Amino acid sequence: MALRSDLGRVRGLGSAKDGTSHWWAQRVTAVALVPLSIWFVFSVVNLVGVDKDGFKVWLNGPGSFVLMALFLIALFYHMQLGLQVVIEDYVHNERNKVISLVLNKLLAVFLVVSSITALMRIAFGG
Amino acid sequence: MNTGNRPLSPHLQVYKPQITSVLSILHRITGIGLAAGALVLVYWLNAAAYGPDAFERAQDFLASWLGRLLLLGWTWALFYHLCNGIRHMFWDAGRGLELPQVHITGWIVVVASLGFTLISWFAGYGLLGGV
Repeated sequence: MALRSDLGRVRGLGSAKDGTSHWWAQRVTAVALVPLSIWFVFSVVNLVGVDKDGFKVWLNGPGSFVLMALFLIALFYHMQLGLQVVIEDYVHNERNKVISLVLNKLLAVFLVVSSITALMRIAFGG
Repeated sequence: MNTGNRPLSPHLQVYKPQITSVLSILHRITGIGLAAGALVLVYWLNAAAYGPDAFERAQDFLASWLGRLLLLGWTWALFYHLCNGIRHMFWDAGRGLELPQVHITGWIVVVASLGFTLISWFAGYGLLGGV
């Protein structure tokens, strides 16, 4: 017996109202983060004890800037998606939940813009 | 919603911890921990952007015993979340869902995450000349 309305069935978005978009985005960012985070750990290990000039030389080296920017974008997107599920699971008060979800998104945007701006200042600055 | 006198399922503490449930909650805990680590990453990059002195302060903090302890924790958390995330992808593809396989892949994730952590730290200390 089908209990879903015709409209609900044709939209196919389920009870969370956003279908599989969150699930897919979490998987796509996860796939991107497999090579990117391995590269990141490898890079950080090579940066142990480095000073600012050494860091700049590394960042201006082949691939570093682009891979670091991609890593940060995938990381903060994935972080936002993951923390969203944690909030939805544990924050039951509707008002607090909505506030937390909005802050989570704003925080992720702030962190990705802040870190990539920092990358640019290191690479292009004096 | 009236929940009345409905019987409720027993809460988590009632159940004996098992490799399946422990690794499951560890995935979430390491994810939250890595979000905290991401904040430090943003601080580290901004310190480098701010100037040599600020970056030196950041490097000094990360090289302190507390900094190293945190970095060791984040290294393991990252490798655990990474390995267990790959395990999740196999499940998403409908593979490895039989209980014996779930147990085996779980232990593989535990051993691999510890192994990768040790390799990374030996490599890091090796570059420092064994400091």
